[in-house]
Amino acid sequence: MKIYVDNAATTKMSQRAIQAMMPYLDGVYGNPSSLHTYGQEAAEALENAREAVAKAIGAEANEIYFTSGGTEADNQAILTGAILGERKGKKHIISSKFEHHAVLNTLKQLEKQGFTVTLLEVYENGLVRLEDVKQAIREDTGFVTIMMANNEIGTIQPIREIGALCRERGILFHTDAVQAVGHIPVDVKKLKVDLLSLSGHKFHGPKGVGALYVRKSVPLQKFITGGAQERGKRAGTENIPGIVAMAEALQESIENLSESQNHILSMRDRLIEKLREIPHSKVNGDLQYHLPGTVNMCFEGIEGESMLLLLDAKGIAASSGSACTSGSLDPSHVLLALGLPHEVAHGSLRLSLDAANTQEEVTYICEVLPEVVAYLRSISPVWEELEKGERKHVI
Amino acid sequence: MLYSQLVMDHFQNPRNVGKMEDADGIGEVGNAKCGDIMKMYIKVEDGKISDVKFNTFGCGSAIATSSIATEMIKGKTIPEALRLSNQAVVEALGGLPAHKIHCSVLAEEAVKAAVKDYYDRHGISYDEKLFRFCDHEHDENEEDN
Repeated sequence: MKIYVDNAATTKMSQRAIQAMMPYLDGVYGNPSSLHTYGQEAAEALENAREAVAKAIGAEANEIYFTSGGTEADNQAILTGAILGERKGKKHIISSKFEHHAVLNTLKQLEKQGFTVTLLEVYENGLVRLEDVKQAIREDTGFVTIMMANNEIGTIQPIREIGALCRERGILFHTDAVQAVGHIPVDVKKLKVDLLSLSGHKFHGPKGVGALYVRKSVPLQKFITGGAQERGKRAGTENIPGIVAMAEALQESIENLSESQNHILSMRDRLIEKLREIPHSKVNGDLQYHLPGTVNMCFEGIEGESMLLLLDAKGIAASSGSACTSGSLDPSHVLLALGLPHEVAHGSLRLSLDAANTQEEVTYICEVLPEVVAYLRSISPVWEELEKGERKHVI
Repeated sequence: MLYSQLVMDHFQNPRNVGKMEDADGIGEVGNAKCGDIMKMYIKVEDGKISDVKFNTFGCGSAIATSSIATEMIKGKTIPEALRLSNQAVVEALGGLPAHKIHCSVLAEEAVKAAVKDYYDRHGISYDEKLFRFCDHEHDENEEDN
Protein backbone atom coordinates (compact mmCIF):
# COMPACT_ATOMS: atom_id res chain seq x y z
CA MET A 1 0.00 0.00 0.00
CA LYS A 2 1.25 3.49 -0.84
CA ILE A 3 -0.35 6.26 1.15
CA TYR A 4 0.35 9.94 0.73
CA VAL A 5 -0.54 11.89 3.86
CA ASP A 6 1.75 14.86 3.40
CA ASN A 7 -0.70 17.16 1.64
CA ALA A 8 0.29 20.16 3.74
CA ALA A 9 3.75 19.89 2.14
CA THR A 10 2.37 19.65 -1.34
CA THR A 11 -0.52 18.07 -3.23
CA LYS A 12 -0.87 15.98 -6.34
CA MET A 13 -2.00 18.05 -9.31
CA SER A 14 -5.65 17.43 -10.19
CA GLN A 15 -6.51 16.03 -13.61
CA ARG A 16 -8.63 19.08 -14.32
CA ALA A 17 -5.66 21.35 -13.60
CA ILE A 18 -3.37 19.25 -15.80
CA GLN A 19 -5.89 19.31 -18.63
CA ALA A 20 -6.31 23.05 -18.27
CA MET A 21 -2.55 23.51 -18.35
CA MET A 22 -1.74 21.38 -21.37
CA PRO A 23 -2.82 23.77 -24.18
CA TYR A 24 -0.58 26.47 -22.69
CA LEU A 25 2.45 24.19 -22.75
CA ASP A 26 1.76 23.29 -26.35
CA GLY A 27 -0.34 25.38 -28.74
CA VAL A 28 -0.90 28.62 -26.88
CA TYR A 29 2.65 29.62 -26.13
CA GLY A 30 2.52 33.36 -26.83
CA ASN A 31 3.84 36.00 -24.50
CA PRO A 32 0.86 37.90 -23.07
CA SER A 33 2.75 41.15 -23.62
CA SER A 34 2.84 40.54 -27.39
CA LEU A 35 0.34 42.26 -29.66
CA HIS A 36 -0.15 39.40 -32.11
CA THR A 37 -2.78 36.70 -31.89
CA TYR A 38 -0.45 34.30 -30.06
CA GLY A 39 0.17 36.86 -27.38
CA GLN A 40 -3.42 37.97 -27.09
CA GLU A 41 -4.63 34.42 -26.61
CA ALA A 42 -2.23 34.08 -23.71
CA ALA A 43 -3.27 37.48 -22.34
CA GLU A 44 -6.89 36.41 -22.41
CA ALA A 45 -6.09 33.21 -20.53
CA LEU A 46 -4.18 35.24 -17.96
CA GLU A 47 -7.10 37.59 -17.34
CA ASN A 48 -9.59 34.74 -17.15
CA ALA A 49 -7.40 33.05 -14.57
CA ARG A 50 -7.14 36.30 -12.63
CA GLU A 51 -10.92 36.59 -12.54
CA ALA A 52 -11.30 33.00 -11.41
CA VAL A 53 -8.79 33.39 -8.58
CA ALA A 54 -10.37 36.67 -7.51
CA LYS A 55 -13.84 35.14 -7.46
CA ALA A 56 -12.62 32.20 -5.38
CA ILE A 57 -11.60 34.49 -2.53
CA GLY A 58 -14.22 37.21 -2.89
CA ALA A 59 -11.89 39.74 -4.51
CA GLU A 60 -11.92 41.83 -7.69
CA ALA A 61 -9.73 40.74 -10.59
CA ASN A 62 -7.58 43.87 -10.37
CA GLU A 63 -6.74 43.03 -6.78
CA ILE A 64 -4.89 39.84 -7.76
CA TYR A 65 -1.17 39.75 -8.58
CA PHE A 66 0.40 36.50 -9.70
CA THR A 67 3.70 35.48 -8.13
CA SER A 68 6.07 32.53 -8.18
CA GLY A 69 4.42 31.09 -5.09
CA GLY A 70 3.50 31.66 -1.46
CA THR A 71 6.98 32.69 -0.39
CA GLU A 72 7.24 35.45 -2.96
CA ALA A 73 3.72 36.65 -2.14
CA ASP A 74 4.62 36.78 1.57
CA ASN A 75 7.85 38.64 0.83
CA GLN A 76 6.13 41.25 -1.33
CA ALA A 77 3.28 41.70 1.13
CA ILE A 78 5.62 42.22 4.08
CA LEU A 79 7.90 44.52 2.14
CA THR A 80 4.84 46.56 1.16
CA GLY A 81 3.65 46.70 4.77
CA ALA A 82 7.08 47.78 5.95
CA ILE A 83 7.58 50.49 3.33
CA LEU A 84 4.10 51.96 3.71
CA GLY A 85 4.49 51.96 7.49
CA GLU A 86 7.90 53.60 7.32
CA ARG A 87 6.52 56.42 5.18
CA LYS A 88 4.29 57.35 8.10
CA GLY A 89 7.15 56.87 10.55
CA LYS A 90 5.65 53.60 11.76
CA LYS A 91 8.31 50.93 11.97
CA HIS A 92 6.71 48.49 14.38
CA ILE A 93 5.35 45.21 13.02
CA ILE A 94 3.24 42.60 14.78
CA SER A 95 3.33 38.93 13.85
CA SER A 96 3.28 35.57 15.64
CA LYS A 97 5.90 33.12 16.83
CA PHE A 98 4.80 30.28 14.59
CA GLU A 99 4.57 31.92 11.18
CA HIS A 100 6.07 30.19 8.17
CA HIS A 101 9.76 30.92 7.57
CA ALA A 102 8.76 32.93 4.49
CA VAL A 103 7.33 35.43 6.97
CA LEU A 104 9.66 35.02 9.96
CA ASN A 105 12.90 35.29 8.01
CA THR A 106 11.61 38.27 6.05
CA LEU A 107 10.77 39.97 9.35
CA LYS A 108 14.26 39.16 10.63
CA GLN A 109 15.71 41.00 7.66
CA LEU A 110 13.51 43.99 8.43
CA GLU A 111 14.74 44.00 12.02
CA LYS A 112 18.27 44.39 10.69
CA GLN A 113 17.01 47.39 8.76
CA GLY A 114 15.73 49.09 11.89
CA PHE A 115 12.18 47.77 12.17
CA THR A 116 10.89 46.46 15.48
CA VAL A 117 8.96 43.21 15.41
CA THR A 118 6.68 41.81 18.12
CA LEU A 119 6.02 38.08 17.75
CA LEU A 120 2.86 37.13 19.61
CA GLU A 121 2.50 34.01 21.74
CA VAL A 122 0.39 31.21 20.33
CA TYR A 123 -0.09 29.30 23.59
CA GLU A 124 -0.53 25.56 24.02
CA ASN A 125 -3.52 25.43 21.66
CA GLY A 126 -1.68 27.19 18.82
CA LEU A 127 -3.99 30.20 18.60
CA VAL A 128 -3.15 33.89 18.51
CA ARG A 129 -5.37 35.84 20.91
CA LEU A 130 -7.12 38.96 19.70
CA GLU A 131 -6.49 40.54 23.09
CA ASP A 132 -2.73 40.09 22.60
CA VAL A 133 -2.90 41.83 19.23
CA LYS A 134 -4.71 44.74 20.88
CA GLN A 135 -2.11 44.90 23.63
CA ALA A 136 0.77 44.78 21.18
CA ILE A 137 -0.45 47.67 19.04
CA ARG A 138 1.63 50.78 19.64
CA GLU A 139 1.61 54.32 18.30
CA ASP A 140 4.17 53.30 15.72
CA THR A 141 2.59 49.99 14.62
CA GLY A 142 2.29 50.12 10.86
CA PHE A 143 1.74 46.52 9.87
CA VAL A 144 0.34 43.25 11.19
CA THR A 145 0.91 39.85 9.57
CA ILE A 146 -0.70 36.72 11.03
CA MET A 147 -1.11 33.44 9.18
CA MET A 148 -4.59 32.14 8.54
CA ALA A 149 -3.87 28.45 9.19
CA ASN A 150 -0.66 27.04 10.58
CA ASN A 151 1.20 24.73 8.24
CA GLU A 152 2.40 22.27 10.86
CA ILE A 153 -0.47 21.95 13.30
CA GLY A 154 -3.36 23.28 11.21
CA THR A 155 -4.86 25.69 13.75
CA ILE A 156 -6.98 28.48 12.26
CA GLN A 157 -6.33 31.97 13.59
CA PRO A 158 -9.02 34.58 14.37
CA ILE A 159 -8.27 36.47 11.15
CA ARG A 160 -11.68 38.10 10.83
CA GLU A 161 -11.41 39.58 14.34
CA ILE A 162 -7.82 40.72 13.83
CA GLY A 163 -8.80 42.12 10.42
CA ALA A 164 -11.63 44.16 11.95
CA LEU A 165 -9.33 45.46 14.68
CA CYS A 166 -6.62 46.49 12.23
CA ARG A 167 -9.12 48.15 9.89
CA GLU A 168 -10.53 50.11 12.81
CA ARG A 169 -7.05 51.23 13.90
CA GLY A 170 -5.93 52.00 10.36
CA ILE A 171 -3.17 49.39 10.40
CA LEU A 172 -2.31 47.43 7.27
CA PHE A 173 -3.04 43.70 7.72
CA HIS A 174 -1.65 40.73 5.80
CA THR A 175 -2.45 37.07 6.19
CA ASP A 176 -0.43 34.17 4.84
CA ALA A 177 -3.36 31.97 3.76
CA VAL A 178 -1.25 29.42 1.90
CA GLN A 179 -2.61 26.52 3.96
CA ALA A 180 -6.17 27.82 4.06
CA VAL A 181 -7.14 28.73 0.51
CA GLY A 182 -8.84 25.81 -1.21
CA HIS A 183 -9.30 24.02 2.12
CA ILE A 184 -11.67 26.28 4.03
CA PRO A 185 -13.85 29.16 2.84
CA VAL A 186 -11.80 32.33 2.44
CA ASP A 187 -13.42 35.68 1.69
CA VAL A 188 -11.11 38.68 1.76
CA LYS A 189 -13.97 41.13 2.28
CA LYS A 190 -15.39 39.30 5.28
CA LEU A 191 -11.93 38.78 6.73
CA LYS A 192 -11.10 42.49 6.26
CA VAL A 193 -7.56 41.70 5.16
CA ASP A 194 -5.53 44.13 3.06
CA LEU A 195 -3.14 41.55 1.70
CA LEU A 196 -3.42 37.77 1.41
CA SER A 197 -0.95 35.19 0.06
CA LEU A 198 -1.87 31.90 -1.59
CA SER A 199 0.03 29.14 -3.32
CA GLY A 200 -1.08 26.87 -6.19
CA HIS A 201 0.51 23.59 -5.18
CA LYS A 202 -1.29 23.46 -1.84
CA PHE A 203 -4.65 22.88 -3.54
CA HIS A 204 -3.73 20.53 -6.39
CA GLY A 205 -2.34 23.19 -8.69
CA PRO A 206 1.23 23.25 -9.96
CA LYS A 207 4.33 24.29 -8.05
CA GLY A 208 6.04 27.60 -8.78
CA VAL A 209 2.92 29.72 -8.92
CA GLY A 210 0.96 31.69 -6.35
CA ALA A 211 -0.87 34.93 -5.94
CA LEU A 212 -1.08 37.96 -3.72
CA TYR A 213 -4.40 39.66 -3.07
CA VAL A 214 -3.96 43.39 -2.55
CA ARG A 215 -6.95 45.52 -1.56
CA LYS A 216 -7.63 48.21 -4.12
CA SER A 217 -6.62 51.17 -2.02
CA VAL A 218 -3.27 49.65 -0.98
CA PRO A 219 -0.27 50.73 -3.10
CA LEU A 220 1.58 47.47 -3.63
CA GLN A 221 5.36 47.95 -3.64
CA LYS A 222 7.58 46.48 -6.33
CA PHE A 223 9.65 43.52 -5.30
CA ILE A 224 10.90 42.13 -8.59
CA THR A 225 11.77 44.96 -10.95
CA GLY A 226 11.83 44.85 -14.73
CA GLY A 227 9.03 44.95 -17.28
CA ALA A 228 5.52 46.22 -16.80
CA GLN A 229 3.85 42.86 -16.16
CA GLU A 230 1.24 42.58 -13.42
CA ARG A 231 0.37 46.27 -13.79
CA GLY A 232 3.95 47.23 -13.16
CA LYS A 233 4.10 45.57 -9.76
CA ARG A 234 5.72 42.25 -10.53
CA ALA A 235 8.08 42.06 -13.46
CA GLY A 236 8.83 38.97 -15.51
CA THR A 237 6.93 37.11 -18.24
CA GLU A 238 3.93 35.48 -16.64
CA ASN A 239 3.89 31.74 -15.99
CA ILE A 240 0.77 31.23 -18.09
CA PRO A 241 0.52 27.41 -17.89
CA GLY A 242 1.02 27.57 -14.13
CA ILE A 243 -1.41 30.44 -13.60
CA VAL A 244 -4.13 28.82 -15.74
CA ALA A 245 -3.72 25.49 -13.94
CA MET A 246 -3.71 27.12 -10.51
CA ALA A 247 -6.95 28.96 -11.28
CA GLU A 248 -8.56 25.73 -12.48
CA ALA A 249 -7.39 23.82 -9.39
CA LEU A 250 -8.70 26.54 -7.10
CA GLN A 251 -12.11 26.57 -8.77
CA GLU A 252 -12.27 22.79 -8.49
CA SER A 253 -11.28 22.80 -4.81
CA ILE A 254 -13.94 25.33 -4.00
CA GLU A 255 -16.64 23.50 -5.97
CA ASN A 256 -15.85 20.34 -3.96
CA LEU A 257 -15.21 22.05 -0.65
CA SER A 258 -18.21 21.01 1.41
CA GLU A 259 -18.25 17.43 0.12
CA SER A 260 -14.54 16.85 0.61
CA GLN A 261 -14.54 18.52 4.01
CA ASN A 262 -16.96 15.99 5.46
CA HIS A 263 -14.95 13.07 4.13
CA ILE A 264 -11.64 14.51 5.33
CA LEU A 265 -13.05 15.41 8.74
CA SER A 266 -14.36 11.91 9.34
CA MET A 267 -10.96 10.43 8.47
CA ARG A 268 -9.21 12.92 10.73
CA ASP A 269 -11.53 12.18 13.63
CA ARG A 270 -10.85 8.45 13.29
CA LEU A 271 -7.10 9.00 13.12
CA ILE A 272 -7.11 11.11 16.24
CA GLU A 273 -9.40 8.77 18.12
CA LYS A 274 -7.22 5.74 17.38
CA LEU A 275 -3.78 7.31 17.60
CA ARG A 276 -4.35 9.09 20.88
CA GLU A 277 -4.75 5.62 22.41
CA ILE A 278 -0.98 5.26 22.04
CA PRO A 279 0.30 5.88 25.56
CA HIS A 280 2.18 9.14 26.18
CA SER A 281 1.08 10.71 22.98
CA LYS A 282 -0.44 14.14 22.44
CA VAL A 283 -2.47 15.78 19.71
CA ASN A 284 -1.05 19.25 19.07
CA GLY A 285 -3.13 22.35 18.56
CA ASP A 286 -6.73 23.33 19.15
CA LEU A 287 -9.15 20.80 17.73
CA GLN A 288 -12.02 23.17 17.08
CA TYR A 289 -10.33 25.99 15.18
CA HIS A 290 -8.55 23.64 12.87
CA LEU A 291 -8.06 22.73 9.23
CA PRO A 292 -10.00 19.58 8.30
CA GLY A 293 -7.03 17.54 7.14
CA THR A 294 -4.10 18.18 9.44
CA VAL A 295 -3.24 15.94 12.39
CA ASN A 296 -0.12 16.73 14.37
CA MET A 297 0.93 14.48 17.23
CA CYS A 298 3.90 13.90 19.52
CA PHE A 299 5.03 10.53 20.80
CA GLU A 300 7.28 10.61 23.80
CA GLY A 301 10.60 8.77 23.83
CA ILE A 302 11.17 8.56 20.09
CA GLU A 303 12.57 10.77 17.37
CA GLY A 304 10.60 11.89 14.34
CA GLU A 305 12.97 11.18 11.47
CA SER A 306 13.35 7.50 12.31
CA MET A 307 9.56 7.31 12.64
CA LEU A 308 9.16 8.84 9.16
CA LEU A 309 11.68 6.48 7.59
CA LEU A 310 9.99 3.41 9.07
CA LEU A 311 6.57 4.67 7.99
CA ASP A 312 7.93 5.31 4.51
CA ALA A 313 9.24 1.76 4.38
CA LYS A 314 5.65 0.67 5.13
CA GLY A 315 4.33 2.89 2.34
CA ILE A 316 3.17 5.83 4.43
CA ALA A 317 4.50 9.26 3.40
CA ALA A 318 4.21 11.75 6.28
CA SER A 319 6.16 14.60 7.84
CA SER A 320 7.75 15.56 11.15
CA GLY A 321 8.94 18.62 12.99
CA SER A 322 12.03 16.90 14.38
CA ALA A 323 15.39 18.62 14.06
CA CYS A 324 16.61 15.96 11.68
CA THR A 325 13.90 16.81 9.22
CA SER A 326 14.27 20.56 9.60
CA GLY A 327 17.88 20.49 8.48
CA SER A 328 18.99 22.19 11.69
CA LEU A 329 19.54 20.82 15.17
CA ASP A 330 16.49 22.43 16.68
CA PRO A 331 13.06 20.91 16.34
CA SER A 332 10.25 22.88 14.69
CA HIS A 333 9.79 26.45 15.92
CA VAL A 334 6.05 25.86 15.71
CA LEU A 335 6.07 23.04 18.25
CA LEU A 336 8.47 24.95 20.51
CA ALA A 337 6.10 27.95 20.31
CA LEU A 338 3.36 25.71 21.74
CA GLY A 339 5.59 25.25 24.76
CA LEU A 340 6.54 21.67 24.03
CA PRO A 341 9.97 20.69 25.38
CA HIS A 342 12.65 19.97 22.77
CA GLU A 343 12.73 16.25 23.46
CA VAL A 344 8.98 15.94 22.91
CA ALA A 345 9.00 18.16 19.82
CA HIS A 346 11.62 15.83 18.29
CA GLY A 347 9.03 13.05 18.37
CA SER A 348 6.39 14.78 16.30
CA LEU A 349 4.43 13.53 13.33
CA ARG A 350 2.23 15.42 10.89
CA LEU A 351 -0.36 13.56 8.85
CA SER A 352 -2.10 15.84 6.37
CA LEU A 353 -5.08 14.31 4.65
CA ASP A 354 -6.79 15.05 1.41
CA ALA A 355 -10.06 14.07 -0.25
CA ALA A 356 -8.20 11.38 -2.22
CA ASN A 357 -7.29 9.51 0.96
CA THR A 358 -9.57 6.68 2.02
CA GLN A 359 -10.89 5.15 5.22
CA GLU A 360 -8.94 1.97 4.34
CA GLU A 361 -5.76 4.01 4.35
CA VAL A 362 -6.68 5.44 7.73
CA THR A 363 -7.22 1.92 9.04
CA TYR A 364 -3.81 0.89 7.75
CA ILE A 365 -2.10 3.92 9.34
CA CYS A 366 -3.81 3.12 12.64
CA GLU A 367 -2.40 -0.41 12.45
CA VAL A 368 1.13 0.48 11.39
CA LEU A 369 1.87 3.60 13.41
CA PRO A 370 1.42 2.09 16.89
CA GLU A 371 3.81 -0.71 15.87
CA VAL A 372 6.43 1.75 14.65
CA VAL A 373 6.15 3.81 17.84
CA ALA A 374 6.38 0.68 20.01
CA TYR A 375 9.43 -0.59 18.13
CA LEU A 376 11.32 2.71 18.33
CA ARG A 377 10.49 2.94 22.01
CA SER A 378 11.83 -0.58 22.53
CA ILE A 379 15.27 0.54 21.34
CA SER A 380 15.18 4.02 22.90
CA PRO A 381 17.22 4.75 26.03
CA VAL A 382 15.00 7.77 26.63
CA TRP A 383 11.90 5.58 26.75
CA GLU A 384 13.72 3.20 29.11
CA GLU A 385 14.44 6.08 31.49
CA LEU A 386 10.83 7.26 31.23
CA GLU A 387 9.54 3.82 32.03
CA LYS A 388 11.92 3.37 34.95
CA GLY A 389 10.88 6.73 36.34
CA GLU A 390 14.41 8.15 35.94
CA ARG A 391 12.98 10.74 33.61
CA LYS A 392 9.59 12.37 34.02
CA HIS A 393 6.85 11.90 31.45
CA VAL A 394 5.85 15.24 30.02
CA ILE A 395 2.89 14.00 28.01
CA MET B 1 17.92 9.50 -1.48
CA LEU B 2 18.97 10.96 1.83
CA TYR B 3 20.79 7.80 2.93
CA SER B 4 22.79 5.09 1.16
CA GLN B 5 21.45 1.55 1.00
CA LEU B 6 23.94 0.46 3.65
CA VAL B 7 22.81 3.19 6.06
CA MET B 8 19.20 2.20 5.46
CA ASP B 9 20.07 -1.45 6.04
CA HIS B 10 21.70 -0.69 9.40
CA PHE B 11 18.78 1.55 10.30
CA GLN B 12 16.11 -0.96 9.36
CA ASN B 13 17.96 -4.06 10.53
CA PRO B 14 20.15 -2.79 13.34
CA ARG B 15 22.85 -5.22 14.53
CA ASN B 16 23.36 -5.86 18.23
CA VAL B 17 20.37 -3.81 19.25
CA GLY B 18 19.04 -4.24 22.77
CA LYS B 19 20.03 -4.00 26.40
CA MET B 20 22.59 -6.08 28.33
CA GLU B 21 21.81 -7.01 31.90
CA ASP B 22 25.34 -8.07 32.90
CA ALA B 23 27.36 -5.44 31.04
CA ASP B 24 30.90 -4.70 32.18
CA GLY B 25 30.67 -1.15 30.91
CA ILE B 26 27.82 1.15 29.86
CA GLY B 27 28.27 4.43 28.03
CA GLU B 28 25.59 6.98 27.32
CA VAL B 29 26.20 10.06 25.20
CA GLY B 30 24.17 12.81 23.56
CA ASN B 31 21.10 14.48 24.97
CA ALA B 32 17.41 14.28 24.33
CA LYS B 33 17.16 18.02 23.79
CA CYS B 34 19.34 17.74 20.71
CA GLY B 35 17.41 14.74 19.53
CA ASP B 36 19.90 11.91 19.95
CA ILE B 37 21.05 9.68 22.78
CA MET B 38 23.14 6.54 22.35
CA LYS B 39 23.60 3.98 25.07
CA MET B 40 26.23 1.30 24.53
CA TYR B 41 26.78 -1.81 26.62
CA ILE B 42 30.00 -3.87 26.47
CA LYS B 43 30.96 -7.25 27.85
CA VAL B 44 34.73 -7.69 28.27
CA GLU B 45 36.48 -11.05 28.38
CA ASP B 46 40.26 -11.52 28.30
CA GLY B 47 40.77 -7.91 27.32
CA LYS B 48 38.47 -8.25 24.36
CA ILE B 49 34.99 -6.95 23.76
CA SER B 50 33.15 -10.25 23.64
CA ASP B 51 29.69 -8.76 23.29
CA VAL B 52 28.16 -5.37 22.64
CA LYS B 53 24.61 -3.99 22.56
CA PHE B 54 23.12 -0.59 21.97
CA ASN B 55 19.94 1.41 22.39
CA THR B 56 19.47 4.68 20.54
CA PHE B 57 16.98 7.52 20.59
CA GLY B 58 17.57 9.42 17.40
CA CYS B 59 17.27 9.75 13.68
CA GLY B 60 17.98 7.12 11.05
CA SER B 61 21.68 7.86 10.90
CA ALA B 62 22.02 7.84 14.70
CA ILE B 63 20.62 4.30 14.74
CA ALA B 64 22.72 3.23 11.74
CA THR B 65 25.99 4.61 13.14
CA SER B 66 25.34 2.92 16.50
CA SER B 67 24.66 -0.33 14.72
CA ILE B 68 27.78 -0.34 12.58
CA ALA B 69 29.97 0.86 15.46
CA THR B 70 28.93 -2.21 17.48
CA GLU B 71 29.95 -4.43 14.59
CA MET B 72 33.27 -2.64 14.28
CA ILE B 73 34.28 -3.18 17.91
CA LYS B 74 32.86 -6.62 18.58
CA GLY B 75 35.71 -9.12 19.14
CA LYS B 76 38.28 -6.32 19.21
CA THR B 77 40.67 -5.56 22.07
CA ILE B 78 39.92 -2.50 24.16
CA PRO B 79 42.79 -0.44 22.70
CA GLU B 80 41.51 -1.33 19.24
CA ALA B 81 37.99 -0.26 20.16
CA LEU B 82 39.30 3.03 21.51
CA ARG B 83 40.91 3.72 18.17
CA LEU B 84 37.52 3.64 16.42
CA SER B 85 37.13 7.07 14.88
CA ASN B 86 34.00 8.75 13.63
CA GLN B 87 35.60 8.96 10.18
CA ALA B 88 35.97 5.18 10.18
CA VAL B 89 32.28 4.86 11.05
CA VAL B 90 31.31 7.20 8.21
CA GLU B 91 33.54 5.33 5.76
CA ALA B 92 32.18 1.97 6.82
CA LEU B 93 28.67 3.24 6.09
CA GLY B 94 29.73 4.48 2.67
CA GLY B 95 29.23 8.12 3.67
CA LEU B 96 26.63 10.22 5.51
CA PRO B 97 24.98 13.52 4.59
CA ALA B 98 27.03 16.47 5.92
CA HIS B 99 24.49 17.44 8.57
CA LYS B 100 24.51 13.87 9.93
CA ILE B 101 28.24 13.61 10.62
CA HIS B 102 27.61 14.45 14.28
CA CYS B 103 25.85 11.07 14.60
CA SER B 104 29.12 9.31 13.79
CA VAL B 105 30.86 11.42 16.44
CA LEU B 106 28.27 10.24 18.94
CA ALA B 107 28.89 6.63 17.95
CA GLU B 108 32.64 7.00 18.55
CA GLU B 109 31.97 8.66 21.88
CA ALA B 110 29.44 6.04 22.95
CA VAL B 111 32.13 3.36 22.53
CA LYS B 112 34.65 5.43 24.48
CA ALA B 113 32.12 6.16 27.23
CA ALA B 114 31.40 2.44 27.61
CA VAL B 115 35.13 1.68 27.90
CA LYS B 116 35.60 4.49 30.40
CA ASP B 117 32.79 3.05 32.50
CA TYR B 118 34.45 -0.37 32.29
CA TYR B 119 37.76 1.14 33.44
CA ASP B 120 36.04 3.00 36.27
CA ARG B 121 34.19 -0.07 37.48
CA HIS B 122 37.32 -2.18 37.45
CA GLY B 123 39.67 0.37 38.96
CA ILE B 124 41.81 0.48 35.84
CA SER B 125 43.75 3.72 35.52
CA TYR B 126 43.70 5.61 32.24
CA ASP B 127 44.66 8.82 30.59
CA GLU B 128 41.77 11.28 31.06
CA LYS B 129 42.63 12.90 27.76
CA LEU B 130 41.40 9.82 25.94
CA PHE B 131 37.90 10.57 27.13
CA ARG B 132 37.66 14.27 26.73
CA PHE B 133 34.46 14.43 24.75
CA CYS B 134 33.59 17.48 22.88
CA ASP B 135 30.44 18.85 24.45
CA HIS B 136 27.28 18.67 22.48
CA GLU B 137 26.06 22.18 22.69
CA HIS B 138 25.71 22.38 18.95
CA ASP B 139 26.12 25.67 17.22
CA GLU B 140 22.97 26.71 15.53
CA ASN B 141 23.63 26.58 11.83
CA GLU B 142 21.57 29.61 11.24
CA GLU B 143 21.64 30.93 7.75
CA ASP B 144 22.56 34.57 7.80
CA ASN B 145 22.23 36.44 4.58
